[in-house]
Amino acid sequence: MSHTQDPTAESPTRLDWNTVRERLQQHTGRTYWRSLDELADSENFQSFLHAEFPQEASILSAVGRRQFLQLMGASMALAGLSACTRQPEEKIVPYVKAPEQIVPGEPLYFASAMPTPGGALGVLVESHMGRPTKVEGNPDHPTSLGATDVFTQASILDLYDPDRSQVVRSVDEIRPWASFVESFRGAVEAQRANQGRGLRILTETVTSPTLAEQLRQILTLFPEAKWHQYEPCNQDAALGASVQCFGEAVHTAYHFDKADVVVSLGGDFLAGPNAVRATKDFTRRRRPSEQDKLNRLYVVEPTPTLTGAIADHRLPLRQSDMEAFAHALGAAAGLPLTSPSIMAPHQPWIAAVAADLRKSGGRSIVIAGPEQPAAVHVVAHHLNHALGNVGTTVTYTESLDTSQTGHLNSLRNLVVEMDAGNVAVLVILGGNPVYTTPADLKFVDSLKKVALRVHLSGYDDETSRLCNWHIPAAHYLESWSDVRSQDGTISIIQPLIAPLYSGKTAHEVLALLTDPAERPSHDIVKDHWKVRHPGPDFDHFWRRILHDGSVPDTAFPTKSLTPNADALRALAAPGASSSLDLLIRADSHVFDGRYANNGWLQELPKPMTKLTWDNTALIAPATAERLGLQSQDVVELKLQDRSVRAPVWVLPGQAPDTVTVHLGYGRTRAGRVGNGAGFNAYLLQASGFPWNATGLEVHKTGEQQLLACTQDHSSMEGRDIIRTLTLDEYEHGHEGQEKHEEMSLYPAYPSEGYAWAMSIDLSACVGCNACTIACQAENNIPIVGREQVGKGREMHWIRVDRYFEGDVDNPSTHHQPVPCMQCENAPCEVVCPVNATVHSSEGLNDMVYNRCVGTKYCSNNCPYKVRRFNFFKWNDTETESLKLQRNPDVTVRSYGVMEKCTYCVQRINYRRIQAKKEDRKIRDGEIVTACQQVCPADAIVFGSLHDPKSRVSELREDKRNYALLEELNTRPRTTYLAALRNPNPELGGKGKA
Amino acid sequence: MSAPVQNPQHGPIIGPGHTFRSVTDKISAVVLSRQPVAWFIGFGISFLLANLLLVSIANLLFRGIGIWGVNIPVGWGFDIINFVWWIGIGHAGTLISAILLLFRQEWRTSINRFAEAMTLFAVACAGLYPVLHLGRPWLAYWLFPIPNTMGIWPNFRSPLMWDVFAVSTYATVSMLFWFVGLIPDLATLRDRSQSRVGKVIYGTLAMGWRGAAKHWHRYETAYLLLAGLSTPLVVSVHTIVSFDFAVGVIPGWHATIFPPYFVAGAVFAGFAMVLTLSIPLRKLYGLEDFITQRHLNNMARVMLATGMVVAYGYLMEIFMAWYSGNTFESFMVLNRFFGPYWPLYWLLIVCNIGAPQFLWFKRVRANPLALFVVAMFVNVGMWLERFVIIVVSLSRDFLPSSWGIYHGTFWDWSTFIGTMGLFMSLLFLFIRFLPMISIFEMRTLVPEAEVKEDLV
Repeated sequence: MSHTQDPTAESPTRLDWNTVRERLQQHTGRTYWRSLDELADSENFQSFLHAEFPQEASILSAVGRRQFLQLMGASMALAGLSACTRQPEEKIVPYVKAPEQIVPGEPLYFASAMPTPGGALGVLVESHMGRPTKVEGNPDHPTSLGATDVFTQASILDLYDPDRSQVVRSVDEIRPWASFVESFRGAVEAQRANQGRGLRILTETVTSPTLAEQLRQILTLFPEAKWHQYEPCNQDAALGASVQCFGEAVHTAYHFDKADVVVSLGGDFLAGPNAVRATKDFTRRRRPSEQDKLNRLYVVEPTPTLTGAIADHRLPLRQSDMEAFAHALGAAAGLPLTSPSIMAPHQPWIAAVAADLRKSGGRSIVIAGPEQPAAVHVVAHHLNHALGNVGTTVTYTESLDTSQTGHLNSLRNLVVEMDAGNVAVLVILGGNPVYTTPADLKFVDSLKKVALRVHLSGYDDETSRLCNWHIPAAHYLESWSDVRSQDGTISIIQPLIAPLYSGKTAHEVLALLTDPAERPSHDIVKDHWKVRHPGPDFDHFWRRILHDGSVPDTAFPTKSLTPNADALRALAAPGASSSLDLLIRADSHVFDGRYANNGWLQELPKPMTKLTWDNTALIAPATAERLGLQSQDVVELKLQDRSVRAPVWVLPGQAPDTVTVHLGYGRTRAGRVGNGAGFNAYLLQASGFPWNATGLEVHKTGEQQLLACTQDHSSMEGRDIIRTLTLDEYEHGHEGQEKHEEMSLYPAYPSEGYAWAMSIDLSACVGCNACTIACQAENNIPIVGREQVGKGREMHWIRVDRYFEGDVDNPSTHHQPVPCMQCENAPCEVVCPVNATVHSSEGLNDMVYNRCVGTKYCSNNCPYKVRRFNFFKWNDTETESLKLQRNPDVTVRSYGVMEKCTYCVQRINYRRIQAKKEDRKIRDGEIVTACQQVCPADAIVFGSLHDPKSRVSELREDKRNYALLEELNTRPRTTYLAALRNPNPELGGKGKA
Repeated sequence: MSAPVQNPQHGPIIGPGHTFRSVTDKISAVVLSRQPVAWFIGFGISFLLANLLLVSIANLLFRGIGIWGVNIPVGWGFDIINFVWWIGIGHAGTLISAILLLFRQEWRTSINRFAEAMTLFAVACAGLYPVLHLGRPWLAYWLFPIPNTMGIWPNFRSPLMWDVFAVSTYATVSMLFWFVGLIPDLATLRDRSQSRVGKVIYGTLAMGWRGAAKHWHRYETAYLLLAGLSTPLVVSVHTIVSFDFAVGVIPGWHATIFPPYFVAGAVFAGFAMVLTLSIPLRKLYGLEDFITQRHLNNMARVMLATGMVVAYGYLMEIFMAWYSGNTFESFMVLNRFFGPYWPLYWLLIVCNIGAPQFLWFKRVRANPLALFVVAMFVNVGMWLERFVIIVVSLSRDFLPSSWGIYHGTFWDWSTFIGTMGLFMSLLFLFIRFLPMISIFEMRTLVPEAEVKEDLV
């Protein structure tokens, strides 16, 4: 099926915004709605009529076939679906010497760390018979405390990605590594003579102490050589502001667990690759507990984010007004600033926030997002200082980012030197600068002037294409290295498997510059640590840090700093913009583009839009109305001489006159999954200030592009699906949420053994989707591709529903994870004609894949629609590398069978076996489901209801506890805890701005 | 020669001037003489469409059920719509043959053979769908309670399981009923066939029928018994089909009114299809004397009556949605009225409630063309009814987050049209090789068959 449709062929009815508003005004009380189309009561019927007529099964077309290949490449399967086919003959050879520790069927866990852009996350990696299958958080690591995020979960798929670069390549020839070494050494020798004048090394943020040390050595050996750093999602503005305030680049660490009031100025601190600890700390204060009171979050932001979604008060504000807002808040909180007149309409809001901040008595946080200009950060630093937050909720430490002048300056310098012909050898370690550099720098033209260009990269990508040498990089799960997380804690990265595709590490490439002989990274890293930790107990130390996953006492010490008042005085009066603002943001899943070839991430619905496989130009409903645009209209975005074509998505809560685009799409050499998805937003970026721009022009093209949205299909009115309570209602009781009596004609199940149940705390859930992807990794869930998602055939066993409530311009947003409810009176079980879904004695609603004939009746009769069907054979049973990825404890499903959440029955059984061996009962908390384990908000609790002391039993007694659609008497074993919000009484209402 | 059998109020059920011989000649000639060109054209088109069905099925088995438009939440689409539609069409046959026989409605005689054949072919088409709609059709036999070493039985609580019994019983009994009724006529064809092949085949099928009094006695007994057996089936099959929905929890499915409403709908649809087929056929083969105005009139009346029951069902659904105070039910109704599929709902009302109202008028009932048009409306309307019940209910159930939109793909349509091709092909073959009107039963209607008092 063609991606872009002829507009005459299908033109969905236009949305009438006045109708939307009128309808909303007519409603009294709490109304939820999901889609703008639905609100306007406009009809999808035209599209229905159109599609009624044969569009032809798209899989047959050329594009469809490519898509099919993509799926094959990225999803997963098993070799063993061989009911009728003969297994190929294989030789089975027993181990002559059994490897230490390996017991067939028993997984092993190794501590390591996943390098993130600008940091690291401590992980434990599950290994089955020598192949890593799942990444979990390391409970002992301060960045993780046992949880992980979507990127970490998906990294396991990257390891086995058949599209990863597999060979050393020189221009178009495959060459041996030795050939590169020889050629590279020759060029380096030439540089040695002139002190390395023509030698440049370009890295991303270097988080590895060993690599930093190697670079230091190189710069000593080649005094004229230079090291540049560039990472598209950098901290330039934040670090620039810290230089202005403190005279040095420092990292600002926020301790959300200690903060009673948090004010975020465009800071989406609950999303992104280093957000696990922040989410953990923040959500600890989102649920009622005896020690802490509930925190309160105010968010001012130009584009909806997860942080804004969970806020008690959210104010959508144009990016060009953010500085003015910072000034106004500063003035209200007592800083020597004047409140700009354009902030007058928001003054009561600002006054209430400032009063709340002052009341908190040094237990508040003012946080500015990395995409905010330095001025906003400067005000935030001064506010934190003035409010007495520094030292308790806000601390300053050394920054991992050692670029000094900022990444963009570093890159700009490199471009200038390349243009001047000063660069003879450029070694690019990681990153993909050809794709990720702002368009105005014309990096490609400059790069071509360098004689020898070497690129070390996991994929043979856009940059590799333009380099003389491409070296395949080893994945972090197949490398030796070390890495520092943002708080300074160092972890050793240890390989779980030998490089699948003979990848090399940055250490090994740099060693060619310093060492006469090639050295494996294991030796390089270990030798580095031998120097750092001399003494006879090194072996013991080494083994301990490998086992623990972190080196003790390496966190950065706190710096005691006072912001320089001059910085505040130096701030220019904020301006305002009357044109359209353009915001460029990292994508919530493919980030800056580095994860573009990861099918799990591509198919993961984006938390706010629920779109998959594409990026879009997000605009506010009011702006869409003014510009006459609808979701899926293709527009041309033009900023000065740069332009891209992008599909529009109308997103409630977006600031007016603001277009948000996300990075990471429009890749041309990402691989079979990532190529051709979305548009490249870097083409709009300017190096001056990459995140925000004004003066955007939007031109309609008259075309339409179908986008694959998993949930924005309809609206909800008045249904009791997500319950929200204010703190006041929770403490003093509330009305209108009746309990339904449970009735059954069947006798109760005997209450012996275990009764598995799950509790999901909607107060804590931030909607980050980590559960969905963890489930995908644990349960061998395939991906289906854009087209099939568009048809409503996505396979996620646990989905995160997103609902809007209230005002279309600034709605409250609610997230709700929905796994199988494991109903005690399961409607699915009754209707299966072949007994393929049956109830277990412990209350699980078991799915017997082998028995399933695929009537789909169970799914039809499931009120929660959590069942997923294999409409095609989604699983790739051909690709060798993907066979290694799968969890051997979970059946890989073939076509024609139903599947669904099992409460991770394989984990339950594993623990049951262990408990039986030890002749005891399974302890509460011993079984951790995949979604529960990954959750950085600790929103999911699993256990047995027959144990009255289990956490899940206790939570069921909480007055927030409710069952979804309990009036159907399905008696779900999965129940929810109502979301608690803590709005400021002075601002009234239900938590809206 | 006395006047033909005639009910002065309703017109004759057989044209004037017919004798035993003329009836036999006329009906057997359809089989034994050369077919009109129209037959070849009709059969040719139907056969092509039947081949489309084969292609569609091959593609389905090869690639998987994803070639259809079904998704989550709409797990059933054209497959089950067509299944219910075809089964419904099959209802008229049994009703006409069994119930009207027991009620001694003589007018049924000229249409029963034909309606029974239609039933069989419709059930054959319907029977394809429950198998094809499976994710793994090759395992369809798991729905039967076949003893196996693993001791796994089907789930006897599942309405789909009941369907298996209901539909297979219905198919078997209908087949027997039809075949038993054919035996005397097969013997007639055996006797009249000019070709050796015809003699052998008809002779084999006639099972040695010689028209002896003993034969007739046994025949009558068997036929009456089978009629008695079939009678409950008229009610049971569609009742059980309606359980597929009524047992579910989905708003729009979960309703106690479903069984009677489905049965009435099935009879309604069945008669519409009998009219749709008999009106052109009587014209084509000049059988106006046998399928008379009176037949058309009676069938139109049955349609009107059952159509009103169906309309009552629609109204009750709406009433109960309001009366129950259940938000999901009332949303379901509003969604039918104004949701994304609203044109289909209103079209359904026009077809199933609006169009039959014309049957109140004698002039419409007396006009074969007008009747044909109304019947076509009902055929479409009954398909739409199943679309509304299945797709519209599923597409928007309890949690709005999982609401979706369904539409048939090319392969949905090709399978549907393909089954129509199969149905028509079978029907054309039936017309070609078997007497489409029961010869011996028609003979009982001519004046000669009247028992004359004075001869005794």
